[in-house]
Amino acid sequence: MTKKITIVDYGLGNMLSIGLAVKHCGADAVFSNSPAEIKNASYLILPGVGAFSAGMAQLNSLGIVDSLLEYAEMERPFLGICLGMQMLLESSNEFGHNAGLGIIPGKVEIIPTINNNHDFHKIPHIGWNNLILSSDKNTWSGTLLQNIGVGSSVYFLHSYLTILKNEKHCLANCDYNGIKIPAVLRRGLLYGCQFHPEKSGKVGLKIIHEFLKL
Amino acid sequence: MKNARLIARLDIKGPNLIKGIHLEGLRVVGDPHQFALKYYDAGIDEIIYLDIVASLYQRNKLSDIIEKTVQDVFIPITVGGGLRTIDDIKHVLRCGADKVAINTAATKRPELIQEVAKKFGSQCIVLSIEAKRNGPDKWEVYTDNGREHTGLDVIEWAKYGASLGAGEILLTSIDKEGTRKGFDIELVTQVTTAVSIPVIASGGMGSIEDLISVIETSKVDAVAMADVLHYNRLSIQEIRKAAESRGFCRPRISLQKTQYDEKNYHS
Repeated sequence: MTKKITIVDYGLGNMLSIGLAVKHCGADAVFSNSPAEIKNASYLILPGVGAFSAGMAQLNSLGIVDSLLEYAEMERPFLGICLGMQMLLESSNEFGHNAGLGIIPGKVEIIPTINNNHDFHKIPHIGWNNLILSSDKNTWSGTLLQNIGVGSSVYFLHSYLTILKNEKHCLANCDYNGIKIPAVLRRGLLYGCQFHPEKSGKVGLKIIHEFLKL
Repeated sequence: MKNARLIARLDIKGPNLIKGIHLEGLRVVGDPHQFALKYYDAGIDEIIYLDIVASLYQRNKLSDIIEKTVQDVFIPITVGGGLRTIDDIKHVLRCGADKVAINTAATKRPELIQEVAKKFGSQCIVLSIEAKRNGPDKWEVYTDNGREHTGLDVIEWAKYGASLGAGEILLTSIDKEGTRKGFDIELVTQVTTAVSIPVIASGGMGSIEDLISVIETSKVDAVAMADVLHYNRLSIQEIRKAAESRGFCRPRISLQKTQYDEKNYHS
């Protein structure tokens, strides 16, 4: 039977592309902002393009925050993408202090514009960057990235990064001019991608395909 | 280390990919979707669609082309041309665009940049600037494909646009556009020095040397290419190879562990 993937439609972000990528990988994509449908989904994707405050305000006004929290507690596959990943954290200081979903401990802050060598770089971080292991002890086997080669290129487009309270929630990083940016977060079957798998060519499609196999 | 993006710029009129010189004298090249797909398969980093007559007639017919393209092109797509309101922008984003390029509407009402940044995030808004040289080290902002003066100074406008929350600047040299005589490197250098947001250089690429010299001399972040690709003068592979060998682009690594065949998706 074809798998059904529920994509949270909260009025912001490029949901269509994620839906098409899911379809391309052989599953059905359903867009929903119904609390019941979200809570009862078997696979859930929380997309995101835009500002943290606007995103959280939309989730709140649609009354789907509790459903997202309940879903996350049920150990079912959950993928947050870009802003959808950042909103999994506790807070962000984008356009003022804003509370997030708080599913992964940590906060969201603007990417520092200067690295440790005092080299300046631009923000947003836009472009293709390589996925690297978040630590020497880390392995991708048994995770969303199990069939992705270390160093594979994916597409980033963001100005903010996540600062995790617990490093164990970081599965992969990328290096932006010496700044380590968490690229893939994980807590059980809940994943977050800072990059856009739906815009990362074949590597991205492979990651979505792996998600559908969780 | 530099990591410049290689972008295919497709100017659109009605249903067609077109190309002009100095943004005028337009010729039909073909079906934009087919060209975008070809560039995607060859490893381009991004696609830009610009409906270059839309703002003249205040309409936007790009929706069909975007909707078709996003079916099988899984890289970022920027869309511009005739976008005036938050609703216009929402519409093209819902069709599958990732970023919007705004030119005329922003010159008329700069607060639009701020509103878009607030609603969709800075990373979503590309300030498109058409620049025409009007003196030594001086360029004026034009709109409507080089037809309308604005009286704005390019450098000042770029700074102001960045301060309002634009995430990127698409900088087109009207003087160089379609000439294949190389980028306006002075213009690119001045703008990249003036702002701290990424700048895409557009207009004038005729050879690999043109690409190398603009990336080498300025702090440009991305290069938009049009007729050099549309007319097969250079292949994306050879352009990328040249840029990578000089350390101007990181290699695009695709699934080094498990080569992945699209046929396997449904297995």
